[in-house]
Amino acid sequence: MKTQWTKKDFLSVEELSREEIELIFTTTESFKEVSTRDVKKVPALRGKTIANLFFEPSTRTRTSFEVAAKRLSADIINFSSSGSSTSKGESLTDTAKNIEAMHVDTIVMRHPSSGSAEYLARCVKAGVINAGDGIHEHPTQGLLDIFTMKENKKSIEGLRVCLVGDILHSRVARSNIWGLKKLGARITVCGPPTLIPPGIEKLGVEVSYDIDSVIKDQDVLNILRIQLERQKGAFFPSIREYAAEFGISTDRMKKAKKDVIIMHPGPINRGVELASEVADGPRSVILDQVTNGVAVRMAILFHTTLVERKS
Amino acid sequence: MKILIKGGHVIDPKNKIDGLMDVFIEDQRIKKVAKSVSEKADKQIDARGKIVCPGLIDVHVHLRQPGYEYKETIETGLRAALKGGFTGVCPMPNTNPIADRRSDMEFLIGEAKRLALGRIWPVGAVTLKEEGKELTEFGELKKGGAVALSDDGHSISDSNILRRACEYSRKFDLVIMVHCQDEGLFCGGCMNEGFMSTRLGLPGIPAESESVEVARDIQLADLTGARLHFCHISSKKSLDLIRQAKAQGSRVTAETCPHYFHLTDESVLHYNTNAKMNPPLRTQEDVDAIKRSLKDGTIDIISTDHAPHAESEKDAEFDKAPFGIIGLETSLSLSLRLVEEKVLSLAELVTKMSVKPAEILRIDRGHLSQDSVADVTIFDPGLEWIVEKEKLESKSKNSPFLGWRMKGRATDVLVEGRSVLEDGVILDK
Repeated sequence: MKTQWTKKDFLSVEELSREEIELIFTTTESFKEVSTRDVKKVPALRGKTIANLFFEPSTRTRTSFEVAAKRLSADIINFSSSGSSTSKGESLTDTAKNIEAMHVDTIVMRHPSSGSAEYLARCVKAGVINAGDGIHEHPTQGLLDIFTMKENKKSIEGLRVCLVGDILHSRVARSNIWGLKKLGARITVCGPPTLIPPGIEKLGVEVSYDIDSVIKDQDVLNILRIQLERQKGAFFPSIREYAAEFGISTDRMKKAKKDVIIMHPGPINRGVELASEVADGPRSVILDQVTNGVAVRMAILFHTTLVERKS
Repeated sequence: MKILIKGGHVIDPKNKIDGLMDVFIEDQRIKKVAKSVSEKADKQIDARGKIVCPGLIDVHVHLRQPGYEYKETIETGLRAALKGGFTGVCPMPNTNPIADRRSDMEFLIGEAKRLALGRIWPVGAVTLKEEGKELTEFGELKKGGAVALSDDGHSISDSNILRRACEYSRKFDLVIMVHCQDEGLFCGGCMNEGFMSTRLGLPGIPAESESVEVARDIQLADLTGARLHFCHISSKKSLDLIRQAKAQGSRVTAETCPHYFHLTDESVLHYNTNAKMNPPLRTQEDVDAIKRSLKDGTIDIISTDHAPHAESEKDAEFDKAPFGIIGLETSLSLSLRLVEEKVLSLAELVTKMSVKPAEILRIDRGHLSQDSVADVTIFDPGLEWIVEKEKLESKSKNSPFLGWRMKGRATDVLVEGRSVLEDGVILDK
């Protein structure tokens, strides 16, 4: 039986079934073609209004959603926290309810608090798409990463994927892990012990503190952005040492499989977690991720906005 | 006024009474506890099928007045206490302003007198404004009615300040109630650190944030000979240290709260802000350790840490919501489950909710001896009820137990020989 999309909201990869992920991928493939046309637009969401609600600075995710919505012919409004009522102390619920009162169909939200997307979804009737909540999940990034892996490696089943870097503060890592586990990949998380969250192995991943000992087995290296301000929290002593211990350099690449692919959610700290030669090199699929991001977000906007809402 | 409580199961652990008895009260005092009392009374309370015990005392509540009357007032807090079967409560000093002067103690006691509901036994701050820098006037606070000292909500992180407070407290025989939290390890966390915090992406608070301070404070109690009481203990690690300290003769006591023996950090799932308190809910292993420690006496007291917060404050992103839950109206029922689970006998339960609190605070309560002040709690251990928001007396409704089916509830409460709760209804003055 064909899977139907039934969720009003798109909050996490954790709550998706394998079938739902596959449904999104199927839709993604057909929307990907739209972006290659001369006229890059389909009328799928004509007359629908989507609000981008960003409480954290973001360029690529916000733009990616904006492009995705426009290619589906939806009207999209942008709302960022600076210069808005939130800086005047308005609560999240009040902000969202005001936006909803303008009959918005779907709210795309980026917010610094973990769980804020789920909280918002409980408060409003509009659909909510999580565009990153604190350090919890970034489910659209997770799915676009996995879609890109699938495109390059044909199947996720049995694939060896290593997430490298700050796992503790990474919503991208959590979304990757949930999705990859559901599709049968074998995952290693690799980073300094201070940036590996407690109990992570209960999610069914292997933990390594030594990239050199695990790099040779990996089909995919998904390199996470190291947040430079973490140095202040004594998570690691210096950027220099981080780069030496975990940075993917050309030397390190020599130990990797010939057909390994290099991914990064961006923006890259060149020369820190990833050498420029590797980021721009033949094994990098970083720009494919950006291209696929639009298509995956089109699929997610499409399904959640058109789902039958209970009144 | 003469009151006769007839046919109840009287539990008075201090006087080793545990059986069917009548209790006769005259002129605000207990006059007789005996098998069958035939004295004529102005009022008779039928206690058949019920437990009659010395009034329950909650050593750890937040009444929010003055300063945060939108969360709770002395009146709504004391009403909640009566519904929960408490004849007396100890409000913590973290009001606005902080209760760090004699007049603050006198205000609280005066308000309770005026309201004529339950008693207030105030806790004064250890340091001015709870800033952990300068000591308050312990002598003055005691004269104003303080029964204990605490900077609850904060740790006293400067060990030397706590040392001086401990030493100085000995002159007044005041117990210091410590909130153990190593600020460095706490590190802005908002739930227990572990698999659940990893899964939810919430900053975690390791159990060691509590236990390293418990370890330090045991050493300070030993160094100074002061009486230290550990507030709201939540973790196995802390309890192992306290058990060992008690065995070696340290003058330390400890409390826990019902949520720590009924809930784990899984209650935080779906970012439930009513499962957010400090210290945080921990794991099943900790819950099991707390039950063992209640049984073996490592934990002396069941308190509530009743911490009301307005709905608009709790209705927020998890990391932005304040810590704390209400507990006065559910504590007895939740603690009675320990009796059902054979963790505690009824007499042990009464000990932890009445006898020990009175002993540690050095107040003449917690027993039904002849001529003692008649603070009496009567509860029906079989009475079934459901925790409903609308029916709570507390001004705030932030309980993780909303909707829970409960068994056992206070039906009658006497404070200083006066009926203030009758058949579950508060008698207004």
